[in-house]
Amino acid sequence: MQEFKNSVNYSNLFIYFLAFTSGFSIMCIELLAGRILAPFFGSSVHIWGSIITVFMLSLALGYLLGGKFSTRSASLTRYGAIFIIAGMTLVPIATSSTWLMESIFLTVEDSRYGSLLASTALFFVPTIILGMLSPYSVRLLVRNSNESGQVAGKLYFVSTLGSALGTIITSFYLVLWFDINTIVVSVSLILSLLGFITIVVAKAKASLFKTKVERDIRHA
Amino acid sequence: MLKSAGKLIKSLCIVLAIWLTNNAMAEVIHNERSLYRNILVEDNGDLRCLKFNVKSTKTRQSCFLKSQPQRLVFNYTKQLLTGLLINPEPKRILIIGLGGGTMSNTLHQLLPESYIDNVEIDKSVIKVAQQYFGYLENDQIKTYSQDGRVFVKRALLKQKEYDWIILDAFNGDYIPEHLMTKEYLEETKRLLSPQGILTANTFSSSKLYAYESATYKAVFGDYYQVSNPDNSNRIILARNNGLDENLEKKQWEVAKNNIINELATQLLAIGVDARQLYKSIESTAIHQDWPDDSPVLTDQFSPANLLNIETN
Repeated sequence: MQEFKNSVNYSNLFIYFLAFTSGFSIMCIELLAGRILAPFFGSSVHIWGSIITVFMLSLALGYLLGGKFSTRSASLTRYGAIFIIAGMTLVPIATSSTWLMESIFLTVEDSRYGSLLASTALFFVPTIILGMLSPYSVRLLVRNSNESGQVAGKLYFVSTLGSALGTIITSFYLVLWFDINTIVVSVSLILSLLGFITIVVAKAKASLFKTKVERDIRHA
Repeated sequence: MLKSAGKLIKSLCIVLAIWLTNNAMAEVIHNERSLYRNILVEDNGDLRCLKFNVKSTKTRQSCFLKSQPQRLVFNYTKQLLTGLLINPEPKRILIIGLGGGTMSNTLHQLLPESYIDNVEIDKSVIKVAQQYFGYLENDQIKTYSQDGRVFVKRALLKQKEYDWIILDAFNGDYIPEHLMTKEYLEETKRLLSPQGILTANTFSSSKLYAYESATYKAVFGDYYQVSNPDNSNRIILARNNGLDENLEKKQWEVAKNNIINELATQLLAIGVDARQLYKSIESTAIHQDWPDDSPVLTDQFSPANLLNIETN
């Protein structure tokens, strides 16, 4: 029984680590958004207005959707799948942002609405998906209602800590070392890889649990 | 111990004295926090200056003498006029980064027939230029309150063309990084008429120097540098068509004979020595002062501000 309890703790740690990564990724991408939009829409204050609005709005929606999604047969496998989808939806930022912004630039003269439209097109969907991860993590971590507040608190702590680090590391170092696209694709790959690992872990745990139950039944 | 304390007090007194005299001499007549920076207008006797973010020594400023508003006070604005030696009659001029508007005023005085478009992102700077620096606007001189990059892209769509583009959008403290990339320079180059030239006021005291130089070379090929030994500015002067074959001959002639032409006389009137200007132009084909393998700044990679912190 002791062994089983330990493995549960490891899996909780892993979920906290994943929440940290999602927080890191969100702010890393948000910071790069300013750089991505600048060639077409400039670097006036309203660019940041557009970016922050879109990120806040999609995070809000993501929290709502993630919470809803967690009510029906929540599992580590589904959690991992959200990571993979988040990673995949980031890819167009690297591959198609130029022609997308170009066509928006041509159709919308006002750079305020141009930048709002462009940041919606590029960042709305991936940020919703990344936002879903927080409430889903709470669902996977909470065992009883008494500890729910503490779990949520810890989760906000690690994911916001991740956001802080994502902001500073991206702006101080990553942009000095790498191309924007390299950073975006790396974040996308890391998220997908973590999602894949999560699913493998979930399957391994399920089979371990199955063999345990079978053994227990045999012993009984 | 006592001696070093005395030294410390002494040096503190000197610092205080310098600070006091500096402040006593200069009178701040306008102080404003705009969306982008702090704007200060300072009067120092006859000299009026526009300053951004006072505390920094790197701060670039735009100054003029109230009694002789046409006279150019700062070396880098004088250096920018080397553009006229290469392209004496620019009909359409684009200035990105208004400052006090002194460059626009001077050019209008020298070239009353030319059209000048000024682009400045900060509306407060435009207002200050109008109120305190006598910035002149008329049918020929227009002001656009827009991001420089966006203006250039829109101008390309409207198929505008300029004979002279002046890039002066950096105030020393913060660099709009999207205005220093290869892609941006390619866009401005496309905006130039076949004989058009581009002059840019650039950084010369940090790691950024090599990156910026390599970026200009990647777009324009070899170009001219106008530097002044006694200040930290370097002007880049690039032609749409590459280097001017006749320039060296002209430089030599000017140095040998005391050629006084109409332009030189006009320049002298605003405090600019044309012969000195000719002398200060140097081609990068003859002397390149940065390593060949310096990375180029692009939209994907432009940590200009981070590079500007590190001194080389």
